[in-house]
Amino acid sequence: MNAALTGYNFGYLDEATKRMIRRALLKAVCIPGHQVPFGAREMPLPYGWGTGGIQVTASVLGPDDVLKVIDQGADDTTNAVSIRRFFNRVAGVATTESTAEATIIQTRHRIPETPLSEGQILVYQVPMPEPLFRLEPRVAESTRLHAMAEYGLMQVKLYEDIARQGEVATSYNHPVMVNHRYLMSPSPIPAFDNPKMHMNAGLQLFGAGREKRIYAVPPYTDVRSLDFEDHPFKPVRAPHACAICGSEESYLDEVITDDQGGRMHVCSDTDYCASRPPV
Amino acid sequence: MYVSVKGGETAIGHAHAWLAEARRGDPALPELTVAQIEEQLALAVDRVMAEGACADRGLAALALKQARGDSTEAAFLLRAYRTTLPRFGYTLPVDTGAMAIQRRISSTYKDLPGGQVLGPTFDYTHRLLDFALAAEGLDPPPPAEAEQGAQRMPQVTEILAQEGLMAPDAPSNAEPPDLTREPLAFPANRALRLQAMARGDEGFLLSLGYSTQRGYGNAHPFVGEIRMGEVSVEIEPPELGFAIDIGDMVVTECQMVNQFVGNAEAPPQFTRGYGLVVGQNERKAMAMALVDRALRAPELGEEATAPAQSPEFVLYHCDNVESTGFVEHLKLPHYVDFQSELEKIRAIRARWFAERTE
Amino acid sequence: MNALLEAQGLHLRFGAVRALDDVALSIWPGEVVAIVGESGSGKSSLLRVLAGMQRADAGQVLYRDAAGATHSILDASDAALRRLMRSDWGFVHQNARDALRMEVSAGGNVGERLMAAGNRHYGNIREVAAHWLERVEMDPARIDETPKNFSGGMQQRLQIARTLVTSPRLVFMDEPTGGLDVSVQAKLLDLIRGLVADLGLAVLLVTHDIAAARLLAHRIMVMRHGQVVEEGLTDRVLDDPRHPYTQLLVSSVLAA
Repeated sequence: MNAALTGYNFGYLDEATKRMIRRALLKAVCIPGHQVPFGAREMPLPYGWGTGGIQVTASVLGPDDVLKVIDQGADDTTNAVSIRRFFNRVAGVATTESTAEATIIQTRHRIPETPLSEGQILVYQVPMPEPLFRLEPRVAESTRLHAMAEYGLMQVKLYEDIARQGEVATSYNHPVMVNHRYLMSPSPIPAFDNPKMHMNAGLQLFGAGREKRIYAVPPYTDVRSLDFEDHPFKPVRAPHACAICGSEESYLDEVITDDQGGRMHVCSDTDYCASRPPV
Repeated sequence: MYVSVKGGETAIGHAHAWLAEARRGDPALPELTVAQIEEQLALAVDRVMAEGACADRGLAALALKQARGDSTEAAFLLRAYRTTLPRFGYTLPVDTGAMAIQRRISSTYKDLPGGQVLGPTFDYTHRLLDFALAAEGLDPPPPAEAEQGAQRMPQVTEILAQEGLMAPDAPSNAEPPDLTREPLAFPANRALRLQAMARGDEGFLLSLGYSTQRGYGNAHPFVGEIRMGEVSVEIEPPELGFAIDIGDMVVTECQMVNQFVGNAEAPPQFTRGYGLVVGQNERKAMAMALVDRALRAPELGEEATAPAQSPEFVLYHCDNVESTGFVEHLKLPHYVDFQSELEKIRAIRARWFAERTE
Repeated sequence: MNALLEAQGLHLRFGAVRALDDVALSIWPGEVVAIVGESGSGKSSLLRVLAGMQRADAGQVLYRDAAGATHSILDASDAALRRLMRSDWGFVHQNARDALRMEVSAGGNVGERLMAAGNRHYGNIREVAAHWLERVEMDPARIDETPKNFSGGMQQRLQIARTLVTSPRLVFMDEPTGGLDVSVQAKLLDLIRGLVADLGLAVLLVTHDIAAARLLAHRIMVMRHGQVVEEGLTDRVLDDPRHPYTQLLVSSVLAA
């Protein structure tokens, strides 16, 4: 099932396309948080399922790289398996489940618990790169707002949340300011993960295939979650310990164990959890 | 001790084996050949070819077979395949005026040079299920041979233009943008809009075109002309310096004639809505022509209020491969986000109850 | 003292219609200037050109900011204009719905300019917003309601609060009392007069309502067919109109 495919270039994309994407990535790294349009190609996986991340990974991947793919923090969720198999077939690169051993980590919805080190690349799959799209669906207009750094609208949304509910209502995909200039969607990671983006040693690349945008946060870049001075940003996790490894720091999945309201909590990051002694 | 769910890899393997079995159906029945699909489900093949943006009927038929007849899935397969094809060059603009006509009708003139040619159409068939088709092996009697019209059939819009009644479309030698290489950007010129619609979803364009007729957009259309037939495709290799014919393909073209009230610069005249689709697909060509005209509202100084008049709305949502991917991605796991939502709503509810018991 | 805004030789045509035909205008800090005329006289076009919302065919508009720097409005970039519009300037539309965010609470509407200007303290934004609701004679208890629930007059008050909250230096008003009941108009005009005097605002007021101009304006410009036919101190123009068209305007108001 994992036999390498013949007749396709290394990493599926042809070299000209990879160069085009790498040029977009370079620009994105130079302007942290700024969305760079790129000529996204149709990939053999559906739009919305990671085509942006896959194209970014394919463009930076070399034969010596070690790839890790996670979805919801886990290596064995179906979509992570599917994407890892894809690269196995079209690039034949080594894969791993260990965060520390990977040179490139493609992720959907999580940042690994184990901190990245210099030289590692984290590739995010992004469904909707525009942080303002719910407030301003017109792309031409939101582009103008970014150009002029007019982000009052987003702050108004947070104000409304607090006025109505007593706190900011976004629990994931909480917008961030990158390098004090661009408002950026962190992709739908839980707000819990937002602080990990700040001053991260790794290179963070974001690919949105359907919307055809690439953006980046270079290593050691300032990334602040939007908030108010008197309502500071609060990362939220379930107030429990992992039932497997006992961690009280990691992000937890809630698992329903019966139909009587029984539930338990386990780490969403399977590699992190497995690397710790069981309780 | 709880062990987290494993085995995604095995599950996927089993699911795909099941899919292959379901695709084949009852093995007691003969397997469909790609050639049969290409010949006998020709309009499905044409639709997939147009939406898959890959002008190869054989591949489109294969995609339909692989997709179990799901035309959007088949278009997706073709799109993914075309990504891997090298680009050798661009063809010259095709001359639909020199089309080998299979069908050509106008609703604005009773008769016109070249005449009306009904061609292989469902029009005027009574939509009665033909149970004779359920019995196999009955070949239809051959149609009457038409005299092959070698004459060039002028386009109706050309006839109107001679009288100065049709607003000319400004000729341009500018390189048209290429949607398959560059991301969509706004303002989108007409070439880009037509390109996006030519590979857009037939159903979406049909609904939008229909909406312009029902008051969402100011349309007063007439079918100036619909024509369908083979055109020759030419390229001009730089090393040769002249055009060579690389083959023929069937296209469907629709030119809608619309009123225009005129303004300070231009007298009242007709304006054009244009639709061109690869293969035989009249419904889509007509819908595309309606939407093309609606999208020209700002250029013609008309107020743009309806969805069909909004380039961002139409172009960002007409691509069914993009739409289906994003709609269907909702079935991917979202438990991390949902977990955050759970914690958030619990906190907000706790505050809500606390405030009320104070 | 220098003029705050100075325009010269403005021309603007829409097809055969001359919307502006060699119009000049100056406004000084703290001054209220009314531009009056019937519909189609070019007064709204003038306001839009001065505010950078419409490019003129010819002419010049200069704005002097607080630091004394001069900005040519007709050449200003989109970015520069938007910056002015959220800091130095304010615009009060005839229809409050064009300015307000109807899905956002009254507090959020007033707070938006504060947040755009960089205020990141929720409590402070809320306090200022509540204070401004009071200033425009609205009940601060309604701070979390959306404008959908408000009457036309209240929506207009909210728009004024939203515009003035960051103390702009120059406010453009386009028929601010148009479309309201006469009794509501009178109260609103009174409110605007008080605020303008308290804050020392410069206001360019476009109106077809001579009574509103008399109440608010220090100076009046009368427009007809894209030209300024008469201008001067409000009392002088209204009590002693010299141009026949002004005489007609004033007499029709007296007759009404």
